[in-house]
Amino acid sequence: MFGYIARRLLATIPVMAVVAVLVFMLLRLTAGDPAAIIAGDNATSQDVAAIREKLGLDRPIVEQFVIWLGRILQGDFGESFFFKKTVAELIVGRVEPTLALAVCTLFLAVATAVPLGVIAAWKRGTWIDRGVMGLSVFGFSVPVFVIGYALIYLFAIELAWLPVQGYQPLAEGFGGFLERMVLPSITLAVIYVALIARITRASVLEVMNADYVRTARAKGLGELPVLVRHVLRNAAVPIVTVIGLGVALLIGGVVVTESVFSIPGLGRLTVDAVLARDYPTVQAVVLLFSAVYVVINLLVDLTYTFLDPRIRY
Amino acid sequence: MSPARRLATALALSTALWAVAAPAPPALAQTTLRVVMHSDLKIVDPIWTTAYIVRNHGYMVYDTLFAMDAKGEIRPQMVDKYDVSADKLTYTMTLRDGLLWHDGKPVTAEDAVASIKRWGAKDSMGQKLMSFVRELQVVNPKTFRIVLKQPTGLVLGALGKPSSNVPFIMPKRVAETDPNKQISDFVGSGPFVFKKEEWKPGDKAVYVKFDKYKPRSEPPSGLAGGKVVKIDRVEWKAIPDHQTAINALLAAEIDYIESPPHDLYPVLKQDANVRLVTLNPLGNQYTFRFNTLYKPFDNAKVRQAVFYAFNQEDFLKAVIGDPNYYKTCKSFFPCGSPLATTRGMDGLLESNVEKARALLKEAGYDGTPVILMHSTDLAVLANLAPVAKALMERAGFKVDMHSMDWQTLVARRAKKDPPDKGGWNAFLTSWVSGDILNPVMMGFMNASCDKAMFGWPCDKEIESLRDQFARETDPARQKAIAEAVQVRETLYPTHLPLGQWYGAVAVRKNVSGMIEAPVTVFWNVEKKGR
Repeated sequence: MFGYIARRLLATIPVMAVVAVLVFMLLRLTAGDPAAIIAGDNATSQDVAAIREKLGLDRPIVEQFVIWLGRILQGDFGESFFFKKTVAELIVGRVEPTLALAVCTLFLAVATAVPLGVIAAWKRGTWIDRGVMGLSVFGFSVPVFVIGYALIYLFAIELAWLPVQGYQPLAEGFGGFLERMVLPSITLAVIYVALIARITRASVLEVMNADYVRTARAKGLGELPVLVRHVLRNAAVPIVTVIGLGVALLIGGVVVTESVFSIPGLGRLTVDAVLARDYPTVQAVVLLFSAVYVVINLLVDLTYTFLDPRIRY
Repeated sequence: MSPARRLATALALSTALWAVAAPAPPALAQTTLRVVMHSDLKIVDPIWTTAYIVRNHGYMVYDTLFAMDAKGEIRPQMVDKYDVSADKLTYTMTLRDGLLWHDGKPVTAEDAVASIKRWGAKDSMGQKLMSFVRELQVVNPKTFRIVLKQPTGLVLGALGKPSSNVPFIMPKRVAETDPNKQISDFVGSGPFVFKKEEWKPGDKAVYVKFDKYKPRSEPPSGLAGGKVVKIDRVEWKAIPDHQTAINALLAAEIDYIESPPHDLYPVLKQDANVRLVTLNPLGNQYTFRFNTLYKPFDNAKVRQAVFYAFNQEDFLKAVIGDPNYYKTCKSFFPCGSPLATTRGMDGLLESNVEKARALLKEAGYDGTPVILMHSTDLAVLANLAPVAKALMERAGFKVDMHSMDWQTLVARRAKKDPPDKGGWNAFLTSWVSGDILNPVMMGFMNASCDKAMFGWPCDKEIESLRDQFARETDPARQKAIAEAVQVRETLYPTHLPLGQWYGAVAVRKNVSGMIEAPVTVFWNVEKKGR
């Protein structure tokens, strides 16, 4: 097991290296010039050239890459072109809102989708099943920002139950934190619920007709223990896989949701940095997201061994 | 106890614990104005960049020697009194009593001189002024002199210029920073103190009232007069999504939006607790910019053809829509400003297609496609290029419109490459009227070839007139020169004015005292309740 983990961690090095090269090159190939943006609308070409020189953007791309890579290997992500802050400082300041949003969304999504999927499978062919699957299609079809605006209109503007936007750190009070997390989490969870509920239903249906389930029922076990202990546990591997894969969906969704609800997290930082061509920040955030994705996939793979004893690494 | 009861008890206990453990909300003894500005504050050096959001930050934190009042006249601000020698070569300026930096130290003449030097090295009008300056002398801690090589009418106008780069006065130690390097010390002497430790780029910038600021005794007028602060704290919240900002205003989570998009004005007008106020009486000017380096716009006659092909109304209707927020203005200088004139503009900007076609024929236009850059992501610019394309095609131009986001356009316009190799022929933009009040200030009128702004027009006659304007000290003669520049512009167009438009700020009804000025400022603003 530990050998497997070590091999997987080692395998992340080439993955991260490819991501690093790709993100660096893509940014340089994208139209736009951070120096021109920094200089402002009234600046002359000479002003822009002076800023390019200060930022080192006048150097050959290969030289810029080598300098950046050298710093990364020393744990230095550099300084943002725009903010008088290091990229590490910027990221640390933005982690909490994104992490909070991701955790709340995951919790909400799993707590809603798994029971819904199980119930839909259990009541297969009934109006409950059709209702859950209909909602699932709806969740897939409606864009995140539309759901966000609709929820804001209903719960923040019309009913005035919840705030429109913003984030309150957990340290400043749980009440304020929670009330600002409700709408963004629901918004982001909708598509996730749709995805997990469908997969849960399909997996549970596959297991429902297995011999050991029939045996459990024949033993006289009640429906709930049968569903939880025998069906759900054996259907768990594909569900956990889709939860893990869904993290990519979550990262994309975070970007939109943080913009709609004005949450100062990593998603907003990414959008701002891309629009401003803040190369050091974009590079660091993309590397961070890639690392998170790789680690979550590893954790998902490790989870299989707990869910299914037949799986060995 | 049943499992369900145990769970309920645990939940109740944890809720009670949270209620006890959670810190109490901060005391609400102060008035906080929560504002959504037109952009997030990323850079905080108003000399390093010309970005408007940084200029606005500058007005919060720093003060100026002179300032423009509501009538467009330049008034002393930090300066108490000034004296001009009989030969108009020496300006002696004395600072007001009681001016302090935010760290409590007094503002001195040395600070003012160092600040003028840094600004003069960076700003185009500052550079022009400095070309007249022989020496900046510190006479005593409160007095300094500007000694000129030859008389110029630029001194007060440049030191009181309202928009980027504004000659903000910084402490000497800060002003000695290389102008091409960002400052990292944010001490100013303006009416608000910048709370560096609370600044979270992408979230908020915070300013608190500077209790020791000594306002002038005159009432506020434009950017001049007494800067009396009536709120304790101003928070600039970064809400980039317009709809979210408006929702937050309607829900009273914020108090003020600096530039809501025109298409959302109807939503704001429907709410009884919100009002729209136009604060910039001169507004903004749409502009079509030529690249004079390459065909077809290297030929002035082809540029004149565009002048005849266009009309302002089509552009203004397409972007702004509501005639309450735009007006046609056939002047290079903003209508309502002292130098506004229609001299030389007869028959132009009236979509005279026949005349445009005749000029193109005369110029020998060979059908070279015009690469027109189209900015798609800013609502106030997005519809301009398609209108320009349609009007130019009617006149016989071939137009190849390249759509891109504004930041890509900004980068591309700085390139001198040929249009078919990543360069460009034309684009449209908007200027704040405060930036284009005279021929020296107006960047697009600079026709000094390589040293000019992107587009690089090259015309000795325009440059000669701009120099004459800079040397002239009599306002009547300055106006005559400005008219002459405009007439020359109709023969050698560097750019085209496409009409004036106005934006409104959206505020909650309990906010009042906003000042009419070309820049959004927060002194004199009051907020009833919290």
